[in-house]
Amino acid sequence: MASISRMTRWTVVAASVALAAAACGSSKSDDNGGSKTAGALSGRGPITLATGKDTSGNLQNLVNTWNQQHPKEQARIVELPEDADAQRQQMVQNAQTKSNAYSVLNLDVVWTAEFAANKWITQLPKDQFDLSKFLPSATKTGEYRGNLYAAPWKTDSGLLYYRKDLLDQAGIKTPPKTWAEMQQDCAKVKGVNCYAGQFEKYEGLTVNFSEAVNSAGGVVVGDDGKPNVNTPQAKQGLNFLVQGFKSGMIPKEAISYKEEESRRAFEKGNLLFYRQWPYAESLSNKKGDSKVAGKFDVAPLPGLNGPGSPTLGGHNLAISDFAPNKATALDFIKYLTSEQTERANLIASSEAPTLASLYDDPELQKKFPYLPTLKASLQNAKPRPQAVRYGDVTAAIQEAAYAALTGKSTTDQALADLQTKLGQLITS
Amino acid sequence: MTTTTAEPGIAAPVKQKKRDVQGSGRLAAVLLSPTFLVLALVVGYPIIEALRESLYQSSQGLDANGFVVKGDKFVGLKNYTDIFTGAKSHAFWNAFWNTTFFTITGVIIEVVLGIAMALIMHRAFRGRAFVRASILVPWAIPTAVSGLLWRWVFQADGVANAMIGHQILWTTEGFHAKVAVIIADTWKTAPFVGLLALAGLQLIPAEVYEAAKVDGATAGQTFVKITLPLIKPVLLVAVLFRLLDVLRMFDLPFVLIGAHKDSVNTLSMLAFDEANNLRYGPAAAFATILFVYVAVVAYAFVKLLGADIMGDARVRKTAASKRAKKRASATQEVTA
Repeated sequence: MASISRMTRWTVVAASVALAAAACGSSKSDDNGGSKTAGALSGRGPITLATGKDTSGNLQNLVNTWNQQHPKEQARIVELPEDADAQRQQMVQNAQTKSNAYSVLNLDVVWTAEFAANKWITQLPKDQFDLSKFLPSATKTGEYRGNLYAAPWKTDSGLLYYRKDLLDQAGIKTPPKTWAEMQQDCAKVKGVNCYAGQFEKYEGLTVNFSEAVNSAGGVVVGDDGKPNVNTPQAKQGLNFLVQGFKSGMIPKEAISYKEEESRRAFEKGNLLFYRQWPYAESLSNKKGDSKVAGKFDVAPLPGLNGPGSPTLGGHNLAISDFAPNKATALDFIKYLTSEQTERANLIASSEAPTLASLYDDPELQKKFPYLPTLKASLQNAKPRPQAVRYGDVTAAIQEAAYAALTGKSTTDQALADLQTKLGQLITS
Repeated sequence: MTTTTAEPGIAAPVKQKKRDVQGSGRLAAVLLSPTFLVLALVVGYPIIEALRESLYQSSQGLDANGFVVKGDKFVGLKNYTDIFTGAKSHAFWNAFWNTTFFTITGVIIEVVLGIAMALIMHRAFRGRAFVRASILVPWAIPTAVSGLLWRWVFQADGVANAMIGHQILWTTEGFHAKVAVIIADTWKTAPFVGLLALAGLQLIPAEVYEAAKVDGATAGQTFVKITLPLIKPVLLVAVLFRLLDVLRMFDLPFVLIGAHKDSVNTLSMLAFDEANNLRYGPAAAFATILFVYVAVVAYAFVKLLGADIMGDARVRKTAASKRAKKRASATQEVTA
């Protein structure tokens, strides 16, 4: 890797010497690395879309439609592994060898900063996207230092799944809006565990920890880009989970839950409330596999003093800096994020779109009753820290949260340690 | 054994012989050079490149516009001192002990179970072929897949907890996570040891056992005095293979228990984590340390226990060439 970069450095030096000699006296504006890339998307022809395994099964249809309309600018799907870490690894390797194999990259929302800062992806022209139509929280995940690097494509946010049948039996009319209400509801319903989320030591723990901290009014990383996690609010948030484990509100085995384990526990009827992404809604409603089909509903997550702040998930589309045919790639991204395409994709795959108008469409609401709830959640949703060294940042968060949840360290100690660690990792 | 007939009066026979040897040595070198070239490319170059890389650190700073300042800096042995005494020393020593623990306990259990399996497979009984084939199934399953299988067994409401009737959260931090890894690893690799031991068993002639029986040896004595010494050469090879394998264990703890868990972090996992976060210098340093550790263990094993891996071959080769010589001289005699 290093030898390559060294080689290219010499190539760059040689090339710039040659250029300087050839075009003596040309403008000096090139050095202004900030905003020059926006207009430079040129080249038309075949492109590729590098994406994780398409579990919805609908992506190929979307690409086929594009290919019919653009016979000279065909798009081809390059399928990467299903595991998010493996996807990132392949994209990083591809970028480091400056390969042109991938044109459009399907990036997880937390990778934007790393890819933008390393100049692996091209800045997108903000004026060519009608950003006012997108959910503001989703758009923000595609930005790095105020510039747009990735167009919001699919979004995601945590929801509270709850057993409507059990609440009805206990005479509870509405789902809880605060943690205290949730605990009161749990006291009224016997024979079932109260609450769970995803607390295994992996990305899901970062999500759940951030949700708890944000829902108590705290932050992990502030709007100024500086970590500020050693606060009373953050402590209350983390304590909600720590006390939950101690008091038995959260079952002990939830420490080993990822998304699927928690879904299984809910579908077995072991949980009254749990935090989950929207994807489980249709799965848990399938009769046969799930004992709770038709017996549950979703609501926005509760918080300390009112509705909580869920963590944003989702995927954005970016253009590889090493790809030819960037003009085609840009058009392709516009096509995938257009209202028509997002609508078709929502109907076919039930993946949450990024265009706000689709959530208010009565026809779609009839098909997906949870859309208004999801929209309300998304408006409150907070992104995870946008850090260039996100891999280290999320590992530090997981380390601290896991230590607190398993009783290895106190809440105070865990948050103080995390603040120090994040201070070293995030230099802005 | 072709001897070139010396041209009379050109050179002394002794001198000519010497030159001939030199010539054939050169020829051998030329003939072997493609192999050496390939070896240098696929083995030598990566090792040297990793060593070189381990002396560099890439910059991770940002410029005023928030872009990463690219470039590598020569840092000498800093990556190594960081690992042994610096910020990463805790993680390193923890992973070092984990790796060593997995190696020692894992290999011991596997050898014991492997020999037991071999003894069973060696018995003549109906369906023996079926047992032999089925015992190899775990070995044929990719480690990452067996990691997933065992995660399913070890989950909170999984088979393992149902069997012991007590809830242990196997994949959380703690000694039980180590136990889970060792169980899964043993399940997968004991059959390998078993199969090699079986090959050794089948080489032992039946007369030896008959003689032992006549002498009135007990089953235990027969096993310790006859079976074990006679399968030792094969067993040592199996153990060496397993040692080298466990020392670089990665996929099983990674899939079964998960990344960043102190209880099961191994040296390979640390190297992977560094590389995954684009710190190739420290990653190369970790990999180099692991490489040296594996080399030292292998060397010590061969020296101390006398696992005669190369020597065996050498003895066989010389015996073979002696036989060939004899045959050649015999044919010469016949033709003469």
